[in-house]
Amino acid sequence: MNPEAAPPAPPAPLDADIVCTGFGPAVAGFLLTLTRGLQQPEMAAVESRAIAGLPPQVVCYERADDISFGVSGVVTRARAIRASLPDLDPSAIPLAARVREEKLLYLLDPLGATRRPAWMRLADQVCRALSGVLGVEHEALALPWIPPFLHKGDGFIFSLGQFNQWVGQQVMMSGLAQVWPAAPVAAPLIEDERVAGVRLAADGSEVRAALTVVGDGPVGAVGRQLDEHFGMPAGHRRDEWAVGMKMVIDLPESCALEEGTVWHTIGYPEPEIFGFLYVHPGRIASAGIFVPSWMDSPVRTSYRYLQHFIQHPCLWRHLEGGRLRSWGAKSLLESGRRGEPCLAGDGYARIGECSGSTNVLTGSGVDEAWLTGTLLAESVLELLRKGEPFTRQNLERTYVARRRASWLEHESRVAEKARNGFQWGLLPGFLGMALAGLTGGRIAWPRRSGERRPKRLADYYAGRLSRAEIERAKARAEAEARPLHDLLMDLCGWPPVQYDGQLLVSHQDALLMGGKVQAPAEFPDHVIFRSPQLCRDCEAHLCVEICSGEAIRVSQEYPAGPPAFDREKCVHCGACLWNCPVSNIEFCAAPGGLHSAEN
Amino acid sequence: MPFQIIVCGGLAPDPLQTLEPVFDPARPSLRNELMLPAVFDPWAAHALYEAGHLAKQHPGSTVRVVSLAPKAKLQQVMMTVAQKLPFELTALDGPGGGFVDAAATAAALAGAIAALPDLDYSRLLLFGGWESATRGAGVVMQRVAERLGIREQFLAVDELSVEADGSLLIKERIEGGLHQISRCASPPAMLAWATGSLPEPPNHPQTGMANMRVIMPALQKAAAANIEPAAEYASTALPSAIRHTRIVKDVPAAEIAREIAGWIRE
Repeated sequence: MNPEAAPPAPPAPLDADIVCTGFGPAVAGFLLTLTRGLQQPEMAAVESRAIAGLPPQVVCYERADDISFGVSGVVTRARAIRASLPDLDPSAIPLAARVREEKLLYLLDPLGATRRPAWMRLADQVCRALSGVLGVEHEALALPWIPPFLHKGDGFIFSLGQFNQWVGQQVMMSGLAQVWPAAPVAAPLIEDERVAGVRLAADGSEVRAALTVVGDGPVGAVGRQLDEHFGMPAGHRRDEWAVGMKMVIDLPESCALEEGTVWHTIGYPEPEIFGFLYVHPGRIASAGIFVPSWMDSPVRTSYRYLQHFIQHPCLWRHLEGGRLRSWGAKSLLESGRRGEPCLAGDGYARIGECSGSTNVLTGSGVDEAWLTGTLLAESVLELLRKGEPFTRQNLERTYVARRRASWLEHESRVAEKARNGFQWGLLPGFLGMALAGLTGGRIAWPRRSGERRPKRLADYYAGRLSRAEIERAKARAEAEARPLHDLLMDLCGWPPVQYDGQLLVSHQDALLMGGKVQAPAEFPDHVIFRSPQLCRDCEAHLCVEICSGEAIRVSQEYPAGPPAFDREKCVHCGACLWNCPVSNIEFCAAPGGLHSAEN
Repeated sequence: MPFQIIVCGGLAPDPLQTLEPVFDPARPSLRNELMLPAVFDPWAAHALYEAGHLAKQHPGSTVRVVSLAPKAKLQQVMMTVAQKLPFELTALDGPGGGFVDAAATAAALAGAIAALPDLDYSRLLLFGGWESATRGAGVVMQRVAERLGIREQFLAVDELSVEADGSLLIKERIEGGLHQISRCASPPAMLAWATGSLPEPPNHPQTGMANMRVIMPALQKAAAANIEPAAEYASTALPSAIRHTRIVKDVPAAEIAREIAGWIRE
């Protein structure tokens, strides 16, 4: 006999013991540790409180259409991952490799188009004048020393999509947890200041559980609503972000880069934009950039900069002739420990990037996220074994205490003030990172009061473009319903990208060929502009410029009004959310987005 | 009349992924096949949606999916498919993909169906895709039907309706872009579906949770299917050209359309 047919409205609540939101590295670590623990003899007597006679019922709801979609590629020291998986063999996971060679490259500006400060222009001149002595090749200087805090030399290169796929199989084969893809979670259920579960976006079903594990990433709907309801701890704020955008590339036959190569880059395509290149097994590489919120351009963007980045002579000599295999983008919460929310409360616990675990000094987030998941799982197993409830007090005594005693806490305190300098400028930023990193966080650049925000157009382009040029570009962008950054970059001397149809392709082709972006039909728009008037008053629509998928675009009907949103192009990176200067964007939970499993 | 609907369906790699054949004369495969996101075979999915629709119209009907696929992968795919409509599962743990012999696949599926304890030929409708997205051999469903002794077989079905007297009106695609409508007096019958006419049902998490209570035990009981390589392959390759991009500027849409039409005519 089949189960009952489709649920009536309103649907009856579902009961579980533990419900998780999002299947990223944190929840993957949580579920792997939990399901392994539940199989130990001492846990045999633990029964579900939701369904009598069964083991604890553990469910996880993932927004994306597959557990391997919508996540990123990384280089990581993988300390926590290896502690969980001591026999981990990277050859068992596609695109995984041990780091073999690591370089920190200063990229000179080969075009003269970047907005370099004077000291950096001078540095370029010195590098060129002394290229033979310094070893400058192909417009790049390999720095002779990599600060120890940046080293990933004993770690792995991963495709997080492939890694998640691998872990997800282990978790589900245990039979002790269900991971539901294409199931976005709309909101937490908050009752009497206690989280009693979640509400699913698909049909409004409530899933009631004794413990809600919130690991839905930096822009997840549940985490943000918890922050709004319970507030952030005193002095904590989420005001530093970045968009990470990358391509996975089939390398040309001529490429001599070896598997396990890791390059970190600074200096190009803009001084504020850091880049990377990782070489995976099978002649595949990941190349990408980070566009930070402290880059004060009012028209900051990612895709065009990424195209210029891969064409830098130092990279292009290896990548030319390659083929775009995959493409994607995500937001990164870069507030670190300052962005840490209340880690636990009655009925809920926060793990992963949404819990402020990313180390902003070492630029490492995946391993830290994994660790938070494993620490919570150990705590949950302890509480289940003792039959104790998931109260704030119990979770603080177990999970939060474990976290405070871990290397994650120690290192995140070192990193806590490491990026203060970037609020003042690029040079103070680098100096501040060095100071914090080399003194174990004892000395740090002072933090500037207030957040560094995008400048006005005329101020940002002062000395490079006249007001009249800017106004003409604005008028043309409105008339042609296109983003403004392209026109302004052209005016600043950035050459047009010559598409080759393979690796250099239009943004729309990147969505089709690389991101394979999808959107199911039955959901409403998940990006909403709250006040049309605020959009009309906005000088430059930064949401249009930064949108990773060109899903937010100038409205053809009302060019000066609220932008148009095309959900079929949205990659769910959430960049619009934190780039809107007046917080006028509602970013709701929805399925779809990237369909690439290699990012 | 309540029907007993059995849907045969395997898995296919998510068609949006990068596929790379790895050659082995006995059993070619795709690189990293087990790590590739998979979907329920799209043709079989049409059959499943039609089965769900039919079962809803005829109370008391049951839907059972019989699937031959790697167990771990099948479990993952079921987490999505199970949210669509209520069904039960019989799982066979074995190789999937386009390099598995059609006759061996049919034998395994027919064996599993024949072994079902409650099989009732007087109510049985055997559904599946008219071909698989991984190979397109287009013979598995006929072979399953033959093995089960089901003589009423319909291929490339687009529509099924049940008449007041219980007979089945079945619209099939036939050569020349035509449709043929047949009347089948009663089950048992095999219908190998083309696209049908139903959209993909939206996800219902509640349905998924309810389904999983029967699907998880079925997956844990999945018997290993003994599928021996029956053919030797000479080579494998992807289509040589799948995308041509030419960037043009300031060309009117009509001219672009003319060029595309000319290219298609060639």
